[in-house]
Amino acid sequence: MGPYLLRRLLIALPSLLGISVVLFTVLALAPGDPFSEMALNPNIPPEVQANLRKQFGLDDPIWQRYFRWLFAMFRGDWGFSFISRVDVDTLILQRVPVTLAIIGASQILALAVALPVGIYAAARPYSWFDRIASTLAFIGFSLPTFFTGLLLILLFSIKLDWLPFVYRADISATGWEWWWLHIKQAIMPVTVLGLLQGASWTRYVRSAVLDVIRLDYVTTARSKGLHERAVIMKHVVRNALIPVVTLVALTMPVVFGGAIITEQIFRIPGIGSLLIDAILRNDTPVVMAVTFVFSCLVIIFNLIADLLYGWLDPRISYR
Amino acid sequence: MQERELRALIETVRTGKLARRSFIERMVGLGLTAPMASMMLMHAGVAQAQSAPVYKPTKRGGGGPLKVLFWQGATLLQPHFANGTKDQEGSRIFYEPLAVWDNDGNLVPILAAEIPSVANGGVLEGGKVVRWRLKKGVTWHDGKPFTADDVVFTWDYARDPATAAVTIAVYKDVTVSKVDDHTVLVSFKKATPFWATAFVAAEGMIIPKHLFAAYAGAKSREAPTNLKPVGTGPYKFVDFKPGDIVSGAINMNYHMPNRPFFDTIEMKGGGDATSAARAVLQTGEYDYAWNLQVEDEVLKRMEAGGKGKAHIVPGGDIEFIQVNITDPWNEVEGERGSVKSKHFAFSDIKVREAMSLLCDKKSMQEFIYGRTGVATANFMNNPPRFKSPNTKWEFNIDKANALLDGAGWKRGADGIREKGGKKMKFVYQTSINGTRQKEQAIVKQAAQKAGIDLELKSVTASVFFSSDVANPDTYGKFWSDLQMYTTTMTAPDAQRFMDQYKSDEASQKANKWSGRNICRYVNPEYDKLFLSGESELDPVKRAAIFIKLNDMVVNEFIVIPLISRPRVRGGNLKLITTLSGWDLDFSALQNWYREGAVA
Repeated sequence: MGPYLLRRLLIALPSLLGISVVLFTVLALAPGDPFSEMALNPNIPPEVQANLRKQFGLDDPIWQRYFRWLFAMFRGDWGFSFISRVDVDTLILQRVPVTLAIIGASQILALAVALPVGIYAAARPYSWFDRIASTLAFIGFSLPTFFTGLLLILLFSIKLDWLPFVYRADISATGWEWWWLHIKQAIMPVTVLGLLQGASWTRYVRSAVLDVIRLDYVTTARSKGLHERAVIMKHVVRNALIPVVTLVALTMPVVFGGAIITEQIFRIPGIGSLLIDAILRNDTPVVMAVTFVFSCLVIIFNLIADLLYGWLDPRISYR
Repeated sequence: MQERELRALIETVRTGKLARRSFIERMVGLGLTAPMASMMLMHAGVAQAQSAPVYKPTKRGGGGPLKVLFWQGATLLQPHFANGTKDQEGSRIFYEPLAVWDNDGNLVPILAAEIPSVANGGVLEGGKVVRWRLKKGVTWHDGKPFTADDVVFTWDYARDPATAAVTIAVYKDVTVSKVDDHTVLVSFKKATPFWATAFVAAEGMIIPKHLFAAYAGAKSREAPTNLKPVGTGPYKFVDFKPGDIVSGAINMNYHMPNRPFFDTIEMKGGGDATSAARAVLQTGEYDYAWNLQVEDEVLKRMEAGGKGKAHIVPGGDIEFIQVNITDPWNEVEGERGSVKSKHFAFSDIKVREAMSLLCDKKSMQEFIYGRTGVATANFMNNPPRFKSPNTKWEFNIDKANALLDGAGWKRGADGIREKGGKKMKFVYQTSINGTRQKEQAIVKQAAQKAGIDLELKSVTASVFFSSDVANPDTYGKFWSDLQMYTTTMTAPDAQRFMDQYKSDEASQKANKWSGRNICRYVNPEYDKLFLSGESELDPVKRAAIFIKLNDMVVNEFIVIPLISRPRVRGGNLKLITTLSGWDLDFSALQNWYREGAVA
């Protein structure tokens, strides 16, 4: 396994480099300019823009800028945002806690819904419960978050006036009140994201369990006279979860990446909204850093998923 | 309006026959700005109306939190680096200028002890030197005293090209010197009738010398105070997350009595204008929302919620159409839209006039803008016409048809006019924005009836308004027959506004399409007049010149003004704000309070 890991890591390096080249080139070729807002303001002479472009090295050829970025990155210097002139790592770190809390909570909610519902539905296929669960799941993952989000705002914020729809990361309260305010404002975004994810995972869990539940060893376990509950939990679920675990591991980078649309609707200051703002303003260093971290995470979690396979299923070996 | 008439009008204000406010409204109607009109009165010795806003709170603080929603959050808090208004607003919570503009164009002192005038000896040598007296006993948030050194330093900091301050244009051509600890002199190279630029309003915020002195010039980005502002304003800095939140707490040593009212301020960014309106008008989650570019119908529905109301503040923004008089489709001397080329139809003034007759501004106002836009001719020179707003412009398809017939454009078999084998097909471009697409549709409908085929093109705003040289769809290139957007009169003085039609500002390849004259209008007479306006010392003569310049552009139908767009803000019903269309929203933040909660 050691050599396998090493080999995978070595393969990862060139792919990361490749990703960074593609990202950088696409961003450099894309139309727009971080100082375009200034260009619109007649009170700011064009020389200021030119001066800033020179100071920030924007006038150099693309390859020069790329290598400058790459070497700085090796030294751990992520650069600074052209727009806010704040260091990129500070910007990202400011947004990580909120992202992890909201997206993490929604993933947990999704699992908490998908596992029991999926397993129960598969244990009694084509029963009323299964049909209703399947219908709801289809509705759940066909409705986009911008729709469900607005629906929830309309109901809980405007009609009922129970929940706030502007998310504030800085709440000055302390103790229980702090927790209560945070939970209150997180309910809607977490529900929107969690139910969308949960709906599709329910379908995965159901089909994975269905695949296993018909196998001979399950029939054997049942004929041994084991309790149905033990058959499902010990014999079926454990095996059925292998593909599900992989799936969940692969969605982990998403947790970091945030949810752009949902963050925009609820004004959550997460990584997703940082990324979309940076893209709209052509703030290259921020876009580069966020997408680069994101691609690193995808590669790492891919590797983790592959390793998990072997641990869950000893028949798979690494050579 | 001629100089003589202007003088007569000023005289009626002096004798009290005409209200100061209606004079200013009239000047704004002529295409000037309220601050310019006010400066004209000041020069003539008419005292400023210091309309002290009603401020009820009798003690400092106790007002709880003030929650403000900006759908574009502040990205930095150093006023001299501001990318846009949102950054200036964020900085303005903490930093202050010497004076600000109120809604009637009056200068209101903030850090100044008084407004300089000829009468108090503050304006010397006909506006060549201005003496500002500073308020005494003002301290920075860290306790250090505010003195003339800070003012001189701000000038020195902003004028240094290495600092790359966005306010450099204001400071590079003036000299600032200290007389004593509380007096500074601002000297201009020549007599300047409009002297209230340096240290005034959005670009005039003073920064502390003791914190920025080590970071002037090329090191300006590294100053820690860039992110943790220390100013003289009503609120002290607490926290800042770029693009998300700016928060502040009451400054108990603020230099105005009983102010500010609120204990904390929170400026939250992100999201979109519609949901910002909802959070203030409908649910009352927030107290105030900035720039609500939302259809009036939607605003009205939200106001029915009874939590807040829309504040409509008149200012200088105008939605207008530019008519291309150069050929945007064929290359002449290696560039499209060359100044030397001629448009196949719009080079004829009759066709341009017909086009302007086809813009149904009234429908635009009634069906699209509602309270948030007023149909305008903006630039006109006839006072009686000014009094009757409905006759300022005309929507008349028959007249347009007659004009086009007269110009030799005959209808073809398909109903489209043609002349010399050239069909009357125009491309009409603008940015993607629901309101603009509706306006386009209104013009297209009318044009069809006049035998003109308009192809509507809409470009993503971030591309349309960019200065990207490689992109053919930017507004600066104007490679279409007509284009529409809103021009903002950001400076209180009209000079910067009127240089948009100077021939040496023509937007073309040589200047990478960064010239301000996007219509590529070339008229030696205009250039000559502008030049004389630039060096004119008498503010009345100067105003007359600018009005004439406006008339030239509009009467030649180079631009078609459509809608004057006031600022639309949302406020809680109980929140009392002091807003100005000629300065930042937060220009009088210290005066904001909540009614019913007065201690």
